[in-house]
Amino acid sequence: MIIQVPPTVPVVPEQLDPSAVPLAVPEIVWSAVAPALVLMIGGILLLTVVSLVRKPLPSWFHATWTVATATAAICATVPLWQRVQDNGASSEMAGTVGLDGFSLFVTGVICVSVILAALLLEGYLRREDLVGPEWYVLMLLSASGGVVMASANDLIVLFLGLEILSVAVYVLAAMHSRRTSSQEAGLKYFVLGAFSSAFLLYGIALTYGATGSTNLAGIQTFLADNVLVDNGLLLAGLAFMLVGFGFKVAAVPFHMWAPDVYQGAPTPVSAYMAAGVKAAGFAGLLRVFVTTFGPTYREEWMPMVAALAVLSLVVGSVMAIIQTNVKRMLAYSSISHAGFILLGVAAASDAGTSAALFYLLVYTFMVAGSFGVVTLIGRKGDGRHSLEDYRGLSRARPGLALVFTVFLLAQSGIPLTGGFLAKFYVIGAIVDEGLYALAAVAMLTAVISAFLYLRVIVAMYFAGPAGAEEGSEEPAEFAGPPVRIPAAAGLALGLALVGTLALGIVPGPATEVTRDATAELTVGN
Amino acid sequence: MADVLWLIPALPLAGFVLLMAFGRRLGDPLAGVVGTLTVAGSFVVSLFALFDLNSLPTDERVVQQTLFTWIPAGGFSVDIGFLSDPLTITMCLFITGIAALIHLYSIGYMAGDENYSKFFVYLNLFVASMLLLVLGDNLLLTFLGWEGVGACSYLLISFWFTDEANASAGKKAFVTNRIGDFGFMVGTFLVWMTLGSINYLEINERVHGGIAAGTATAIVLLFFLAATGKSAQLPLFVWLPDAMAGPTPVSALIHAATMVTSGIFLLTRLNPLLEEAGWANDVIAWVGLATALVAALAAVAQNDIKKVLAYSTISQLGYMFLAVGSGAFVAGVFHMITHAFFKALLFLGSGAVIAAMAHEQDMRRYGNLRKYLPITTVTFVVGWLAISGVPPFAGFWSKDEVLAAAWDNGPAGPVMWAIGVVIALLTAFYMTRLVAMTFFGGKERWREPEELPTDPAEAAAAEHEAYEDAPDAHGHHLTPEHTPREPNWTMTVPLVVLGVFATVIGLINLPFGEKVDYLADWLDPTLAHAHEALSAGILAVLAAVAIVVAVVGIAVAWRVYAQHKGSPEKIELPAFEHALYIDDTYAAVVGGPGEAAFDGVATFDSEVVDGAVNGVGRLTQLTGRAVSVFQSGFVRAYALAVAGGAVVLLVFVVMRMSSS
Repeated sequence: MIIQVPPTVPVVPEQLDPSAVPLAVPEIVWSAVAPALVLMIGGILLLTVVSLVRKPLPSWFHATWTVATATAAICATVPLWQRVQDNGASSEMAGTVGLDGFSLFVTGVICVSVILAALLLEGYLRREDLVGPEWYVLMLLSASGGVVMASANDLIVLFLGLEILSVAVYVLAAMHSRRTSSQEAGLKYFVLGAFSSAFLLYGIALTYGATGSTNLAGIQTFLADNVLVDNGLLLAGLAFMLVGFGFKVAAVPFHMWAPDVYQGAPTPVSAYMAAGVKAAGFAGLLRVFVTTFGPTYREEWMPMVAALAVLSLVVGSVMAIIQTNVKRMLAYSSISHAGFILLGVAAASDAGTSAALFYLLVYTFMVAGSFGVVTLIGRKGDGRHSLEDYRGLSRARPGLALVFTVFLLAQSGIPLTGGFLAKFYVIGAIVDEGLYALAAVAMLTAVISAFLYLRVIVAMYFAGPAGAEEGSEEPAEFAGPPVRIPAAAGLALGLALVGTLALGIVPGPATEVTRDATAELTVGN
Repeated sequence: MADVLWLIPALPLAGFVLLMAFGRRLGDPLAGVVGTLTVAGSFVVSLFALFDLNSLPTDERVVQQTLFTWIPAGGFSVDIGFLSDPLTITMCLFITGIAALIHLYSIGYMAGDENYSKFFVYLNLFVASMLLLVLGDNLLLTFLGWEGVGACSYLLISFWFTDEANASAGKKAFVTNRIGDFGFMVGTFLVWMTLGSINYLEINERVHGGIAAGTATAIVLLFFLAATGKSAQLPLFVWLPDAMAGPTPVSALIHAATMVTSGIFLLTRLNPLLEEAGWANDVIAWVGLATALVAALAAVAQNDIKKVLAYSTISQLGYMFLAVGSGAFVAGVFHMITHAFFKALLFLGSGAVIAAMAHEQDMRRYGNLRKYLPITTVTFVVGWLAISGVPPFAGFWSKDEVLAAAWDNGPAGPVMWAIGVVIALLTAFYMTRLVAMTFFGGKERWREPEELPTDPAEAAAAEHEAYEDAPDAHGHHLTPEHTPREPNWTMTVPLVVLGVFATVIGLINLPFGEKVDYLADWLDPTLAHAHEALSAGILAVLAAVAIVVAVVGIAVAWRVYAQHKGSPEKIELPAFEHALYIDDTYAAVVGGPGEAAFDGVATFDSEVVDGAVNGVGRLTQLTGRAVSVFQSGFVRAYALAVAGGAVVLLVFVVMRMSSS
């Protein structure tokens, strides 16, 4: 089956020595996993503190703690980033954890999404009478899983990270105890997530069978040194792993959970799922496919990823247009965004990867901001999400309507917002690879989806009252109780707005970082 | 001076921000004054830029001001920068000049409107975007302005959004323009890929020998597609007549003088590319000509005063494309400038008439208004003579140059010229019809009881029309006792100023030798294309024919509509009234780009609205119908989809397997 033997599995030297202890413990480099540790310990400490304190702590305490923890995690990446820039990428702990610009960048993106979601969650929990630290604990733990996933240099560690990430999010989706749709969302997400995780795990097993290693560096070296006569096992492994990743990033046809779950889950959690979870999923996808299999098996996986990208773009934008529930609409639009990022993956080039990273950063701000507005408009009960509920918002809350307009325009890719450049870089990357048909599809769907964002804007600004007679002079009245904007949520929206616009007007610093992050995307020592 | 170039778009932008923040507090008329002053300031800065540029030697009249690098991406970088050259400054001058006058006019026209300050917010944003469009030193900035003016156009068309027809017209403009935008985007990408830059100066530098003829043709056709959307040419012109639903100052500024000319500006800006583009130029010329003809025929049979002017605008834009396609960029720009003045004048004049006539727009109820509106009448007559091509008014000179350029355009030239002359005849005819029906004719028709159409189909059509015209009516009604009155000074001053310009603006480019060819000299560094001048003899003959044609058109129409000899029905064919059924054909048969897409959207919107009214059941049903098969809500179905996807991927890899 294999021409050259034996596979160059990276083995810890002690194991070769028969006189050594049977179980070798690799050197633990704590600093390499510092961001993940900060998040994890922050979450556990929060749980401990609230268990020990007799009086319930005020709700702002949990949110502040979470924001501080995520900020600390971002700070922890800075010296590491410096180290990577000076000394180059490395992998630690027997080659299982990769320390490079890529993992640090994605860590930053995940932490930003945690900060935004935590700020949104604060007012949300008070409004819904759901005060509890568990939300924040779960979010921090899941973020630590995402960070592990982003820096995993070994398929097993990657799977571990994915499960840490997912299990916490399953629970978060179901946390709104009084809304059955929330519980339904959690259960659905759990069952389907488990189903797709099985695919991923099976894919990992098949890959191990074909290459004799779960270490990404090991796999890459093995494939570079050996030619597989019969590569069926490996290709099946690739296909199954793509199913698992495709599910996590909600790519068509593995997307069907997304609209139901985003709609059912508490809205700040939807924001976190759409931003943070997706970033982690793409990190895994990029590292496994582009870096590990990029040099050798690009011809095989690229068409599959491209097909998922095209399907996601088309289905996402077309289905989004016919939605009448804004949360669902955003879910479908996030599917079409996933299609764009997948295009960056399909380019399988440095430019493609840095474009995907830039997209993830911009997308985090845009989508967290959009779901942030939706959180507020949902009002008590988190149920007012139909397009009708946005009618006349420009009169009732002009500022909020304006901010939402900016987020929607950014998502549709209007110049001077980050959304435009994100799409632009991705399309540029695939054009560089000569994939013109994909670029054409991307531009066409961008045009289609512009329409759906405009529908929401029209509802906010122009639409007359529901069911009014034609030609009626009566202006649209905003229905339902007044919209309150808690300070924390206002801060989150402000941050997201600044991020969205700044990345569109002065993208220079961010693109430099993504370029450096890409350059350091290497596996192995 | 060049370093204050950014002030030109920044001033209206500042006005926009100011009005956005404090507009409601400023109220009526202070918000309008602020809007007018910022645009006037921008005009002053443009004047300084003009003097500044003029002081430079002829071949150094290109000033670039880069504010900062916007997109740094390896070999591809885009600056936020402005380009000042004769073409740009010419555009800036007439945009800011006319915009300032129209702002002033709007102070009076919009007085008492509920959303007074909002109107100026949009109008200022429009001016800022339009200036960005012409001043940007690269395609991406122009695109930004292009989208900006588009957005403002939709917003202003739908300004009286409580009315269904207005909101729909805005959507129609949006959909057709998106088709054009697609051309712009793909064209920009092609330019970037083949020339490695999207900066105008670099494009124009690298184009010679740097691009294959086929690629240049493709790029130019894509940009022309964009232009047909924005500048309302065949096949995408259908939105402009409907856009008349917006307030009249908007029609004057956006849908006559400025935004709709951006397609011509874009092609002129890229003129070195057009030179390489081979047969794409013929496409541009013929499409322009065909549009001009169809629109002129349609204008003959319209009864809504603004619709006549709308079709007339489309027709005149067709002339400009004819000039551009014939390589006569100076003639195109010249006609763009004169047209901006006389068409803005005509629209504002029609606005004054509409305001004086209790917002009635049907010309069949006008007549003999010269008795009541002396200033409006005089200025309108100037505009009428200008557009009809009567010397010495501005339109004659520029139209004459366009027609001469067509004559000179290869073997098909004389045919193009002949069609162009027919269009000139039609133009003189329909404009005379408009003027005669409105200001002359001796009968004050609104005083007569309304005749009820006898034919039921006609009655239905009349009713439909009445409904379409409703937006501007605002609950006013034209009664037989109504006495029209001249509007106040904010509205008449712009009319007089524009009237003066419509008379004399032709002086900037008279065809009497090199010395008086100011515009051609001025634009020369921008337009590298040297056009062989026709001999004076031919020019004189062509001009004489044009004058004769104009006089004939005016005389015939005068006889029919002012002296009431001969019957109008023989001329106003139903086919003309419906613009040769092009719009209707899109809707009914082709399911084509404009109407069908728009209709689909409109239907869907009403479905949604209805759905909400009829309760959740209807909504569920609607959603259910669309997604019934797969998105059922059942976990098993979703799992099946995941498994199905996995199977498809597996089948794919099995086919790619390198099995032994």
